[in-house]
Amino acid sequence: MDAPFSTQLVNVLAALLLLIAFAMLSQRRVLTLIKLFAWQGAVLTASTVVVAWTTGYTDLYISAGITLSLKVILIPWLLHRLIDRLFIRWDIETLINIPTTMLIGIGLVIFSFALATPISQMASTLTRSTVGIALATVLLSFLMMIVRRKAVPQVIGFLAMENGVFFAATTATFGMPLVWELGVALDVLVATLIFGIFFFHIREQFESLDIRHMEKLRQD
Amino acid sequence: MEVAIVLGLPLSGAILLALVGQRAWAPELNATMSFATFFAAILLTARVIADGPILALNEQFFVDPFNVFLVALTAFVGFTTALFSRPYMRAEQDRGRLNAARLRLYHSMYQLFMFTMLLCLLSNNVGAMWVAMEGATLSTVLLVSLYRTPASLEAAWKYFILCSVGIAQALFGTILLYFAAEKVLGAGGGALLWTHLHAVRSQLEPTVLSLAFVFLLVGYGTKVGLVPLHNWLPDAHAEGPTPISAVLSGLLLNVALYSVVRSKVLVDGALGHGFSGGLMMGFGLLSVVVAAFFLSRQRDVKRMFAYSSIEHMGIMTFAFGMGGAVAAFAGLLHMTVHSLTKSAIFFTVGHASQVAGTQDMASIRGLVQASPTIGWGLVLGTLAILGLPPFGVFTSEFMVLTTAMHEHSWATPFLLVALGVAFASIFGKVQPMVFGESSVEPLKRGPALVPVFTHLAIVLALGLYIPPYLVGWYRQAAALIG
Repeated sequence: MDAPFSTQLVNVLAALLLLIAFAMLSQRRVLTLIKLFAWQGAVLTASTVVVAWTTGYTDLYISAGITLSLKVILIPWLLHRLIDRLFIRWDIETLINIPTTMLIGIGLVIFSFALATPISQMASTLTRSTVGIALATVLLSFLMMIVRRKAVPQVIGFLAMENGVFFAATTATFGMPLVWELGVALDVLVATLIFGIFFFHIREQFESLDIRHMEKLRQD
Repeated sequence: MEVAIVLGLPLSGAILLALVGQRAWAPELNATMSFATFFAAILLTARVIADGPILALNEQFFVDPFNVFLVALTAFVGFTTALFSRPYMRAEQDRGRLNAARLRLYHSMYQLFMFTMLLCLLSNNVGAMWVAMEGATLSTVLLVSLYRTPASLEAAWKYFILCSVGIAQALFGTILLYFAAEKVLGAGGGALLWTHLHAVRSQLEPTVLSLAFVFLLVGYGTKVGLVPLHNWLPDAHAEGPTPISAVLSGLLLNVALYSVVRSKVLVDGALGHGFSGGLMMGFGLLSVVVAAFFLSRQRDVKRMFAYSSIEHMGIMTFAFGMGGAVAAFAGLLHMTVHSLTKSAIFFTVGHASQVAGTQDMASIRGLVQASPTIGWGLVLGTLAILGLPPFGVFTSEFMVLTTAMHEHSWATPFLLVALGVAFASIFGKVQPMVFGESSVEPLKRGPALVPVFTHLAIVLALGLYIPPYLVGWYRQAAALIG
């Protein structure tokens, strides 16, 4: 495999990641949202493997393994189980209508590319455009957390944000030290479990997972 | 070796209390473990004072005058809070707000929280620092919702979501930092070690570092409670159990600010002082002013003091942003005295709301009459936090103000007005709470007031006379970060 081809491959995967982030932003159904999240994890795994293959950093294979088992299999499965047990199948309401959200999203992408340009200059050729895309994914997930009212989509937004950050870690720096990645993976897993516990508590108290019910504590 | 003991004790305490935390003597065990941690921290401090900075366990841990004083402070307040939590949590159980299973969770997570904070402080690895910081959020989020009331769940959810989002930004910042470091130090674990980064800080790529610092400041700044990222803080402080409010306010905010300052030192090496200093001064000043004006609108006593914490964290951030030996000294002193005073206030406020059966300030009246020690404790704590001489808060605020007048005179009017507004709001609300007629019953269990008066005595002593070795210690630390 020659270098330009692998670069193209990473770029295609980066573009897919961004596309999935937009798809999540426009998706109304919670089950599809979880499926998209799993796909995003799969793309992340693939890009990690490509980078590992091209650069020969073996640690990255382990990192890809962690991503695969955690973000493609374990967490989506946990979320599925949760929504089965909680009987939530509703469509997602958004605070802003979807076309407007998409327009804001496009603005965010342009902003992230502008911000990342000076950094891209000094990145290696393999990863030139990926810092901008990683940043855009983070910001789009952030946007998703802001415009969604229900608890589950907010959590998926948080996890997608983590995906964006990891994409930056694997492509821009060829992977962070492995110990550190294990630590982060553990934190993400524990966070998901706590979110799960939370869903039950919230349901018990509010009989709904709608964050709108939680407006007792005012700004002042 | 000392480092391993300081970290090992709270971790084993967490495991132990996860098994036996529901027993009747668990609060005593919690206090004992906290005392042991404090004792180990003292030994570590003595060692660092005698031998200078140490690196431990394959360079993964690093102790210098800057973090060792925070380690000692964290362990000390952790211990006194454990003492306070003994009668307080028993009284909460008597009131039927808690059951044994939740007490077990509480005790275990309390120790785990201490562990994550100490890990964050001692870690030389900026990645491990991030992991520990996230761990601190994860271990306290279920404590904020310990009472399982709708309001506490809402507060915990907000705390969890906002801090997770914040910490994700810090993660991105850490990756950018590594991205810049890798170019100089080569790939691998060495490029994440703070001491290595510090050695090559002038060679790091400035544009990447400036972007990294923005992400790190926003990320860790969320946990410091800087405006406009402070929304979680008043809710989490008001709805969680009081010992948790005390350690969140007195310790966690300090630890988060510590992470910001550590990052700032690296960024300053590459960029010069102006960039990071300007950002921190801006965020700090905004926090002071906004928090001061929110103070007067509060009805819940713990919320009010939570806003006061935002204000004081703003002062510290501003001081570290100004930089220089005097301002950094003032910032460190303010960290110490704020931490001691604010936790003392939360202790008294916790007992006061148990006496009155509410946290609503309008319903708490005549504390001095009902329970003189609690009442006077609150009066003294309030006077101390408002910066009245001769308390230590006055000394540090005075130093911040004089430095600001000297170097950034445009900022002084904002600071003075904010301090004045804060004084009027807090004093105006606390005064009717403590004086006047009271109809409430005194507490059945004796309140834990030794921690309150110990803290206030130290703050008073620091205001009157700072011992020379402590001055030397602060000076060394200030030189490291100034």
